Amino acid sequence: MNIYISIAAMALTTYLVRMLPLTVFRKPIKSRFVRSFLHYVPYACLAAMTFPAILQDTASTLSGVAALAVAVVLAYRNQSLIVVALASSGAAFLAERLLGLPF
Amino acid sequence: MHKQEYTLGVRRGLPVGLGYFSVSFGFGAMAVAKGLTVAQATVISASNLTSAGQFAGLTAIVEHSGLGMLILTQLIINSRYALMSLALSQRMGQEIGLLPRLLIAFFNTDEVFALAMAREHSLTAPFLYGLGLLPIVGWVSGTLLGALAGSVLPGSVRTALGVMLYGMFIAIVIPPAKKEKAVAVTALLGLAFSSLFAWVPALAKAPKGTPIVICTVAAAAICAWLFPVKEEGQ
Repeated sequence: MNIYISIAAMALTTYLVRMLPLTVFRKPIKSRFVRSFLHYVPYACLAAMTFPAILQDTASTLSGVAALAVAVVLAYRNQSLIVVALASSGAAFLAERLLGLPF
Repeated sequence: MHKQEYTLGVRRGLPVGLGYFSVSFGFGAMAVAKGLTVAQATVISASNLTSAGQFAGLTAIVEHSGLGMLILTQLIINSRYALMSLALSQRMGQEIGLLPRLLIAFFNTDEVFALAMAREHSLTAPFLYGLGLLPIVGWVSGTLLGALAGSVLPGSVRTALGVMLYGMFIAIVIPPAKKEKAVAVTALLGLAFSSLFAWVPALAKAPKGTPIVICTVAAAAICAWLFPVKEEGQ
């Protein structure tokens, strides 16, 4: 399938989710369950997308563990997004060099 | 008056634009590492403007999960934007007409939404346009440069750059998880479910793209049931 058709479908879906409540459906959501569900969705999906993918996307599981550990510790210490991202990436790179993986 | 509002919006959007630049750099690098072209990666960012949704979409595209699955994934993962748009809509009042709303909807990201809601005065369309400008520029240019860097740098550097995106996701989840037990439980459930799909042989055969939808819905629904959010105004 053409990749641009997929991209268009993604973009249109995302746009409609944002656009319809701004224009058409403008009543507050009454259901407490639905509001709670929507509040938790980002954390559920970000966690599920990160783990265990971070261990599988790196050249070795060990470098994935290094990236994960560094990111968790720095994020726990409230370091900024960019610091956590760069340090985590650097940890994966260093670990792969230490393991003697091909450059 | 309009110009002032616009300029103020642009200034407020600057830090978000810089943040988006660095994060989308990681997205661009990861997209080419997974086999997309520089143009495809950039078009995804320019047309979607969302981190988690794009990442899930990228995975769905490279795994060939099919169009229906791709749309379902986007609906679930981006469902939170409906809540943000509803809240923003209430905040806008009657002053802002249909056409500006159609435009503003395109760039109502988590951070732009937070800045808009934090505005001390009533919202105007020029302020919101200004607010969206640098985040859009940062997100698209970061993706382009990340994809270009990813396509010229050696594989090892590309892999490491792709990890940036995971680092960012971790940095988004952990601080609120420290403050709110329910968020920590949601995240732990999400990663426990996704680990089952990755490591339990029977579940590893699940159709491509379904695990992320199931993990997200299950973890968020369990926590919505266990820890309902406070009623509005409480």
